[in-house]
Amino acid sequence: MSAIPYAPAPESVRPRLRTSYDLFIDGAFVAPRDGSRHVTINPATHEPITEVSHAGVADVQAAVDAASGAFPAWSALPGAERGKHLFRLARILQERARELAVAETLDGGKPIRESRDIDLPLVAAHLFYHAGWADKLAYAFAGRNPRPLGVCGAVIPWNFPLLMAAWKVAPALACGNTVVLKPAETTPLTALLLAEIAQEADLPRGVLNVITGGPETGAALVRNPGLAKVAFTGSTAVGKAIATELAGTGRRLTLELGGKAANIVFADAPLDQAIEGIVNGIYFNQGHVCCAGSRLLVEESIADVVLAKLARRVRTLRVGDPLDKNTDVGAINSPAQLARIRALVASGVEEGATLHQSDCVLPDRGNWFAPTWFTDVAPAHRIAREEVFGPVLAVMTFRTPDEAVELANNTRYGLSAGVWTDKGAKALRIARRLRAGVVWANTFNQLDPTSPFGGMRESGFGREGGMAGLREYVEL
Amino acid sequence: MRLEDVTVDAVGVEARVSSLARRSIKAETKDAWLRLALSMVDLTTLEGKDSDGKVARLCAKALHPDPADPTLPTVAAVCVYPPFVALAKRLLARSAVRVASVATAFPSGQAPLATRLAEVTAAVADGADEIDMVIDRGAFLAGRSTKVASEIEQVKVACGAAHLKVILETGELETYDNVRRASLLAMRHGADFIKTSTGKVSPASTPGTVLVMGEALRDYVEETGRMVGMKPAGGIRDAKAALATLVIVNETLGDAWLTPTWFRFGASSLANDLLMQIAKLRTGAYGSPDAFSAS
Repeated sequence: MSAIPYAPAPESVRPRLRTSYDLFIDGAFVAPRDGSRHVTINPATHEPITEVSHAGVADVQAAVDAASGAFPAWSALPGAERGKHLFRLARILQERARELAVAETLDGGKPIRESRDIDLPLVAAHLFYHAGWADKLAYAFAGRNPRPLGVCGAVIPWNFPLLMAAWKVAPALACGNTVVLKPAETTPLTALLLAEIAQEADLPRGVLNVITGGPETGAALVRNPGLAKVAFTGSTAVGKAIATELAGTGRRLTLELGGKAANIVFADAPLDQAIEGIVNGIYFNQGHVCCAGSRLLVEESIADVVLAKLARRVRTLRVGDPLDKNTDVGAINSPAQLARIRALVASGVEEGATLHQSDCVLPDRGNWFAPTWFTDVAPAHRIAREEVFGPVLAVMTFRTPDEAVELANNTRYGLSAGVWTDKGAKALRIARRLRAGVVWANTFNQLDPTSPFGGMRESGFGREGGMAGLREYVEL
Repeated sequence: MRLEDVTVDAVGVEARVSSLARRSIKAETKDAWLRLALSMVDLTTLEGKDSDGKVARLCAKALHPDPADPTLPTVAAVCVYPPFVALAKRLLARSAVRVASVATAFPSGQAPLATRLAEVTAAVADGADEIDMVIDRGAFLAGRSTKVASEIEQVKVACGAAHLKVILETGELETYDNVRRASLLAMRHGADFIKTSTGKVSPASTPGTVLVMGEALRDYVEETGRMVGMKPAGGIRDAKAALATLVIVNETLGDAWLTPTWFRFGASSLANDLLMQIAKLRTGAYGSPDAFSAS
């Protein structure tokens, strides 16, 4: 670190939060039937933030009923009118972006730099993008007759809470569907703020319902027969259970699940930018990213150089208070996730890989894990096969392009991959052979509402974003 | 692998510098950063209308950046055309402020090599502590890097004990790949400092060039163990830009470069903005621009 430090630069804005949140059903905040609630805590400090409700089966039913009740009028609304509603939501989200970014960081532990510069701008972009489609669906599916599906159940994860909500709510509403949104247990705040914004924007009641709770709430929602579609982002294990549950019901399903992406660095790569891509690929959002570049495949002839550069770069990552504008890596989302990361890292050591960690000083309270990378990793190691969902990189080497492709594809997953080379033709040739829904060339973790995102194999099916994403929310 | 073979991705460079530009340096440490920046300034006048009077003003400013604040450091150097070296040397004789002179037919470098070398020799004979040379960008872009290399070596010899800063004129090199290769070429053939620009070509120093030159420099120092300094020039006009540059240096090269020995700003208007910001931290209010001496 530098001789002169940067002073702490804490974000000063605080979101307007209630002391307790009810469920948002049919345009109003209502108490859960059985009155159960839980406290949501700040993972960086373990301090309580506020209290949220736990939706039981009856509450889930009430939300689905509200969405069903709202569906006829909402779906009959001209597309241009639905578009106006979405534009209004998008504008309010933009106006309150700073406050929402702070709420996201407080509740989830991600650095304010990311929630402010990435999550919130993308949230607004998704709403604006889909607002634009609302009155042009007939052109998106020329010669077909796009019709909404009905009530969509959206079950979303804790890594990008508001962004995942936007990914599901925006296309669903644009296409004329209504939504029951169930945020993750550890990160309910911004979905509840989104509900407040829906109220403020006069979104017709019942079009968007937000029910908070744990895994049982999510399970009750996905098995509710009133749904026409389930959109789930989360773990592969839960995704498989949902697929089993929905099999034969005729209900639509899209799954965006885990990943174990390969980030392939060839000897002719722009190296310093590749290092940035590796760091961004695995340490962005503490590695709580389904498309994280958790396996680094580096050409053997440059492995020493890349590893030396990586070690030096990781030392400059600033780990700590997520609300500090200079923080690069924030807190691990939950004690349970921290335990999982620790267990997998321990397995890496036990199985013979070499552990490297940033020598950063971690705060005393909260859930923290230092940026970590393993060398001497074999494809047989658990850290090379299982999704860690934490700031842990598995480094392997390859000798030829064929070997790189073979190693990259040697996974159950297929969500994303990265290729680093200065040769355009080579990047395209390799990309074609990679079994992954998204392949980035000379960049990583780039998301855009116009670009379809989704996986192959055990990373799920269906796309979000772009016209392919729109297709998941219409009957043709 | 050869450092020269490493390519640069422009999109990645821009993304990295825009992320670093969001670093926040706040009150408690801002004063120290501003003073550090001031101590790194090569106070510069390089105009056709330069005169003894103008250079004398510049030297006085270098010694006492803000007479109202005796705690301030002096600037690192004054940078003048060769005819003013002797005067500057005399005025700065009893101080730590060094005298730098542009030479080698600055800014174009379009003069016979013998003329350029004679200019260097004369400036050094007049007492220049540092020589800022320009490379032959035409030769570099035409692929004649051995010509460029040989000229740098000959200028280095002509410098004797004077430090050699090699100006790449990155605005004319245009691509980051060129900037990186030119940086390595200059360092391999004798540069004590690599410098972005003459200030006469737009764009001069940009955050992206500072990053790419810094990365090349870091790779070179790591490979050879020989320390080299860096000097962005032109384009850094205010304190905010200077601190943003120091953030790039801090996070790319590390704190060993956060000293005037290894890092300089070539600038004329930067000093007064730094002084104004330092005074603002002290007094809580911005003073009039006329509260600070012209140079």
